[in-house]
Amino acid sequence: MTEEADSTPPLLSLSGIRKTFGDLVANDGIDLTVRAGEVHAVLGENGAGKTTLMRIIYGLTVPDDGVMQVDGVPVMVRSPKDALACGIGMVTQHFALVRPMTVLENILLSSLPLGPVSTEEPRLRIAELSAQLGSPFDPDAVVGTLSVGEQQRVEIVKALYQGARALILDEPTAVLVPQECSALFKSLRRLTDDGIGVLFVSHKLHEVKAISDRVSVLRHGRVVTTVPTETASTGELAELLVGRAVSGVSRAVLRPDDEGSVGATLIAAERADDRSSLAAARPNGEVLLRISALTVPGSGAKPRLDGIHLDVGGGEILGLAGVSGNGQRELADVLSGVLEPSSGSVTLGGVELAGAGPARIVQAGLGRLPEDRHGVVVEDLSVEDNLILENVNSFRRGPFLDRGAIRRHAERLIEQFSIKAAPTDPVGGLSGGNMQKVLLARVFERDPQAIVVAQPTRGLDVGASEFVHKQLLRRRSLGAAILLISEDLDEVLALSDRIAVIVEGRIMGVVSASVVSRGQLGLLMSGTPLAELSA
Amino acid sequence: MNVVALIAATLVTATPLLYATIGEIITERSGILNLGIEGTMYAGAFGGFIVTANTGSPLLGLLAAVVTGMLAGGLMGLLTVTLGVNQHVAGIGTTLLLIGASEFSNRLLFGGGSLTQTAKFALLFTGVPVLEMYLLTMLGLAVVAPLAWWLLRSTGLGLRLRAVGENPEAADAAGISVERTRYVALVIGGALMAVGGAFLTLAVLGTFTLNITNGRGWVAIALVIFARWRIWPAVASALLFAVVDAAQLQLAITPTFAHVPRELMIALPYLAVIIALAVAGRGLRYPGAYLKPYRRT
Amino acid sequence: MRLLLRGHAPRWLTPALVVAAALGTFILTAGPIRLAGANPGSAYDFYLLRPLSSTYTFLEVLLAATPLLFTGLAVLLAFRAGFYNIGAEGQFIAGAIAAAVVATGLPDLPPPLALPLGLGVGVVAGSLWGLVPALLRVRLGVDEVVTTLLLNPVALLLLQGLLNGPLRNPTTQFPESARIGSGYELAPILTGHRLHWGFVLAVLVALALWLVLSRTGIGLTLRAAGLNPRAAQFSGISVGRTLLGAALSSAGLAGLGGAVQVMGLQRRLTGEVSTGFGYTGIVVATLAALSVPAAIAVATLLADIVVGAEMANRVLQLPPQMGRVVTATLLLSAVSLMLLRRYRVTFPALRRRRARAPSSAGDPS
Repeated sequence: MTEEADSTPPLLSLSGIRKTFGDLVANDGIDLTVRAGEVHAVLGENGAGKTTLMRIIYGLTVPDDGVMQVDGVPVMVRSPKDALACGIGMVTQHFALVRPMTVLENILLSSLPLGPVSTEEPRLRIAELSAQLGSPFDPDAVVGTLSVGEQQRVEIVKALYQGARALILDEPTAVLVPQECSALFKSLRRLTDDGIGVLFVSHKLHEVKAISDRVSVLRHGRVVTTVPTETASTGELAELLVGRAVSGVSRAVLRPDDEGSVGATLIAAERADDRSSLAAARPNGEVLLRISALTVPGSGAKPRLDGIHLDVGGGEILGLAGVSGNGQRELADVLSGVLEPSSGSVTLGGVELAGAGPARIVQAGLGRLPEDRHGVVVEDLSVEDNLILENVNSFRRGPFLDRGAIRRHAERLIEQFSIKAAPTDPVGGLSGGNMQKVLLARVFERDPQAIVVAQPTRGLDVGASEFVHKQLLRRRSLGAAILLISEDLDEVLALSDRIAVIVEGRIMGVVSASVVSRGQLGLLMSGTPLAELSA
Repeated sequence: MNVVALIAATLVTATPLLYATIGEIITERSGILNLGIEGTMYAGAFGGFIVTANTGSPLLGLLAAVVTGMLAGGLMGLLTVTLGVNQHVAGIGTTLLLIGASEFSNRLLFGGGSLTQTAKFALLFTGVPVLEMYLLTMLGLAVVAPLAWWLLRSTGLGLRLRAVGENPEAADAAGISVERTRYVALVIGGALMAVGGAFLTLAVLGTFTLNITNGRGWVAIALVIFARWRIWPAVASALLFAVVDAAQLQLAITPTFAHVPRELMIALPYLAVIIALAVAGRGLRYPGAYLKPYRRT
Repeated sequence: MRLLLRGHAPRWLTPALVVAAALGTFILTAGPIRLAGANPGSAYDFYLLRPLSSTYTFLEVLLAATPLLFTGLAVLLAFRAGFYNIGAEGQFIAGAIAAAVVATGLPDLPPPLALPLGLGVGVVAGSLWGLVPALLRVRLGVDEVVTTLLLNPVALLLLQGLLNGPLRNPTTQFPESARIGSGYELAPILTGHRLHWGFVLAVLVALALWLVLSRTGIGLTLRAAGLNPRAAQFSGISVGRTLLGAALSSAGLAGLGGAVQVMGLQRRLTGEVSTGFGYTGIVVATLAALSVPAAIAVATLLADIVVGAEMANRVLQLPPQMGRVVTATLLLSAVSLMLLRRYRVTFPALRRRRARAPSSAGDPS
């Protein structure tokens, strides 16, 4: 990437930043600059490497390679302390605040003497800085009693107090209600007017359009492009953000397993532009899984799930697309029986399941494959034991476990799902792909009528992903109703019959997968109403 | 009932608890439950005694107790902070080790049997009501408690310590060394616990006996929760416990209460804490990082 | 020095660490043993080998192992389910008290009634002593470490109160109970030796516990709940009920140990019915890495050290408290070293220095 020649070096500049975790390349040679007085947005999906990059800049993660410069001088940042000394401050998504302590105490934390702490001068400085943000606050308030927006301002003031000239904001709006967002944007403008450089990390297009001067799109650990924000349209950014059909999944590869005719029509219709039918997608078969008016309250006024309606028919895959943190996890938790909704219903074949525990839900024939695999398997137990965990009582002979049956059961599933492990291996030692196969085996061998599956291929390699996709399609052809929750648009497009888009706990619309385009989904996901797309 | 004697007895009983409870509050506020407290008090009592017996100076004995306590805190730090060993196991193990080592050394040096009387701290203001107390009691009430309160509330060390105990991630992000801060808390806390133990040998008894701490460490653990990790309520609970204890000694000789078993009275503070825990239930706010080792990911 | 999480430990590591912990204990305790004027080698000969070399002392070792087995298994069961029961000491005492109360109150029952009654009330009393902490944990989320711990001194005080009051020996006026009814006595296994059938009971309990934990569905759900409560809940296991059951069974086992100690060895209730068996139970369970067969071995080892320490005292004039020092040192070095199964130790400073050596050109700052 070329950086236009400038007489003053940029406030912060990164070149060739690279970080790998095992086989996973989180950051693959990233170049990025932040100038004084600008808001530079970094746009990227979950898993694009944003968080790793931010942690590297702030010294929480040490990169394998690459150089970081402040004012043109190379610096070595190995801890937050180093970062602060260089004038780099960060506001993380989960605030680094000590809730039972006061605002003043929190702000003073990083510059404490050992002995008595004088508070006169800091008080004045904090008042000054918070006025600069345009919203003064009480330095003696206990942080835990403040609203989320106020806590965020405390974080910003804390960074400024410590002398930050470059401010990293990691998904700052994820936790805010709209009014707070606009207040935040005003504050950021005031800061840039004073010469602060802001690195604004987000996956929300309209926000990036609204606040940033330049935008870099991050995908698969690389900066795909860096452009002045005004020259890029929302549509273009949406396409860059979600990427064009990339590695791994493609219908042509996947569909042969399925009934040929269906696959053919789907492939043919891939980029059809029949907008009139966008809003009219209904399930094909008989509805098995019915979710209606499902609501889960949030911590503030905004509910996590806000009256969700979804119908999934037998023999279809309904994809649920959306940017992470818009209620997908809560929906999966409710369907899995680990979160109780405040109202609404979930029925499977007419049986009410909302608020039922996991045992009843499994009994009713709903299979669950949640996104957090490590929270679902017991890593220190063996493969064979994990395989029967949902169904221990079926493997008894008298008071004892029928170890022979358990072993045969495991061996059969290991073969059937080509799991690379012995029955007695602890599950914790398996690769992500094999762990996911264990879960697939546990769920699928009970022939569930309906399946809710979240981020089924996150962190898996291409081969394992393909296997998982094939298995899901097989279940579909056997007549199961499948709700596929995924943030990977390629995956949603490749597998789904219909696609629902969730934004801020509400369904933006349900469209037929055969007619919707990637760009249109991107716009829906960023909050554009369905009606506007068709217009 | 003799009120003057009651107050004097209360102050004597309260002193070891005062030191130990303040010490435990300091370590727990940093996120470490130090179940080594019973052993630390025991070792402090023995360490103080042994040095006093050899030098004739209770002051040097006190110093020895402080050093012993700091070492005990350091051992807990090595186990729970550096190595991240389960805090209950590390604490119980430390207690077993320190009690065993103290009794072993005692047996080695004194053959177990003979009770060596040593020089001891004298009572101040003998015979003056309320003021009759040991120097260590006075120091505890007038210096250590306010100092600990001030330390936790208004010093940089205190803020760091609380931050580390509540939210180590946030403290780390603010450039505070979680490990070092917890070590400091354990070492200071250990010293105070050991002084509490040494008070028994250096002021009260002037000698060392087996089982000298007699579960006072566990009482301190209870008082910490009862006081909800705050210094002044801890001082008050220690005094309250001591009053009950002193009163029951007095009551035992009055006919009306003669049949109330003394043991029931002693058990009261434990039961009170359990009842308080039950009542507070989920409302009780433990330090945020209580029992959690911290390791940067 | 930094510790890094590792994936899975090689198979040879655990045995190697056990050996390292034993060696570490030997080295750490050699100094004090020398100070006491004894040869560390011969001291350890007493601690480990001598007690096993004659029938009499060997049976004494098994006798000393009996209460440790009960408390060790109790702690093991609770820890397996993720319930940190530090209160086996109190539960043990509660069981002992209950057995003694029944056995001195109804002294004339014949053995077929008396034995199950004595042992049964021991179990019930132990469970009751563990009930409040268990309920507080399961229903209200109150940390069980402190509550179970605090009930230990309460049990001790109850014991002392009873011995100074209602249970005081009516004839001698000593603070100890009258002798228990003869129907309650657990007979010696061999005449002329003190080892009683309580030991066999302990081994049978261990066997049963091992079967339950490793061979039944209950055991599997219990282990799952202890290892990963969230995953267990997700799989439809009722974690709360599992925890409650495990906590009460654990407390019951400790109580049974107390009853056995009274009915088998002491034959009356005394203030010294437990010499910290509950706390040593934590040592047993921890050193055994929560495995039942290993717990039998560890309990025997610790009993071996106790008996050996007494012998070393007589022969080498080495204070018997050294046995407790050895036990505690072994515990602490073992738990420290066992962490290496989960973590690798690295020395980043060293590695950085080494890395910098070949080329310092590309190194910023």
